[in-house]
Amino acid sequence: MTVPHTIVVIICVLVAALTIAAGLIWAERRLLALFQDRYGPNRVGPFGLLQVLADMIKIFAKEDWIPPFADRAVFVLAPAVIVVTVLMSFAVLPFAPGIIVADLNIGLLFILGMSSLGVYSIVLAGWSSDNKYSLLGALRASAQMLSYEVFMGLSLMGVVLLAGSFNLTHIVQAQSGLWFVVPQFLGFILFLIAGIAETRRLPFDLPEAESELIAGYHSEYSGMKFGMFFVGEYLGVTLISALISILFFGGWLGPVLPPLVWFLVKMFFFIGFFILLRAALPRPRFDQLMAWGWKVMLPLALANLLATGAVVLAWNK
Amino acid sequence: MLSLMETLWRVMLHAFRKRVTVQYPDEKPYLAPRWRGRIVLSRDPDGGERCVACYLCAVACPVDCIALQATEDETGRRYPEFFRINFSRCIFCGYCEEACPTYAIQLTPDFEMGEYRRENLVYEKEDLLINGPGKYPDYNFWRVAGVKIGGKDKGGAQNEGAPVDLHTLLP
Repeated sequence: MTVPHTIVVIICVLVAALTIAAGLIWAERRLLALFQDRYGPNRVGPFGLLQVLADMIKIFAKEDWIPPFADRAVFVLAPAVIVVTVLMSFAVLPFAPGIIVADLNIGLLFILGMSSLGVYSIVLAGWSSDNKYSLLGALRASAQMLSYEVFMGLSLMGVVLLAGSFNLTHIVQAQSGLWFVVPQFLGFILFLIAGIAETRRLPFDLPEAESELIAGYHSEYSGMKFGMFFVGEYLGVTLISALISILFFGGWLGPVLPPLVWFLVKMFFFIGFFILLRAALPRPRFDQLMAWGWKVMLPLALANLLATGAVVLAWNK
Repeated sequence: MLSLMETLWRVMLHAFRKRVTVQYPDEKPYLAPRWRGRIVLSRDPDGGERCVACYLCAVACPVDCIALQATEDETGRRYPEFFRINFSRCIFCGYCEEACPTYAIQLTPDFEMGEYRRENLVYEKEDLLINGPGKYPDYNFWRVAGVKIGGKDKGGAQNEGAPVDLHTLLP
């Protein structure tokens, strides 16, 4: 790949990812309304699409307040960290053949590493806010994300074993015969649950549980800093949906339609599923969440890895 | 786990239900004739003001949003000199309508009274008076009441006998 081509792809990916993340503000509200027998925002522009623009103008015009008791430097840094780490992960996603910023041979590990770094944003935000609700939210978030990351990685190792590579492009190409969701169904379920927990979406949104913690780690944030957390969350949803479609549903593979369209169709299907989860499920208690992660999901992920390893070993003999 | 799946499925099916939202400014809701909205002062079928300034509405009003001043014209007919309703206080309970002995004050099916200035919510008599009898088209207080006013003497009202002559011994 030439340098100009890479630069064009970088810009396209950045613009597309941020546009989708912003568009999800609208999409989420419309879909939630759809599941709740309402219309949602439909006044501003066609289908209410310009609602995104109105929200952006509003949030930029808001007072950007840093509490006097906060740790200024960290307080400002925290929202940037989450957006940067998630956007970095987009660099290794193969959207279609040739449309990839960096074809890393350890792409999957890179993404897992970046999502681990994302925890810093929340912990630092909760810590620097110097507010007990923020701290509790951050505490919950770090515990939740760390424990769900463990089997998030493990649930993907089955896919890696089958494809024989950490490179996401190779993983997609390995699915040309059969999508990995069939042999790795358990892995898919585990990854889906871990992905929801990683992005702190309902039903695993305990770090920002409004009814208990006001807004959790971003209680003290306002204006565009608060907006950054939301952009980060929506980027995370997009990333996890893209990962699910790449790792388990054959990424860009599909008949008739162009590869990029197939990829987007699969990704938006899972984004819709994320929103359906938010509309339908209540959140569990925190101890249930942790027990579920360590006592059920982790053993299942290990068993899945063992079984897949055994089958691959027997098959290759 | 199965119940979670069922929940997801059922919530998903809601996407195909009928919407419950009423798209209000485009799509007006049906308001019943007795809906309690903007307050008006009605007139008799012959065009005169019904209100006799008895203050009963002002007394009945739980938030004291009605203010008026009674006066009398040269024919002996009572009417309010001014009649003021502060709609920023009004709770549209309808007690004034119930208290009114002459069906003058009435609540109407209209609620679109939004204003940018709070002072504009104080309605004066000329804002409240309408050119019609409202919900009681045939009722005419001064024609059924036994009070003497210009153009109608004692005993001149509908279904009213001649006044008793106290000075005669005849039955």
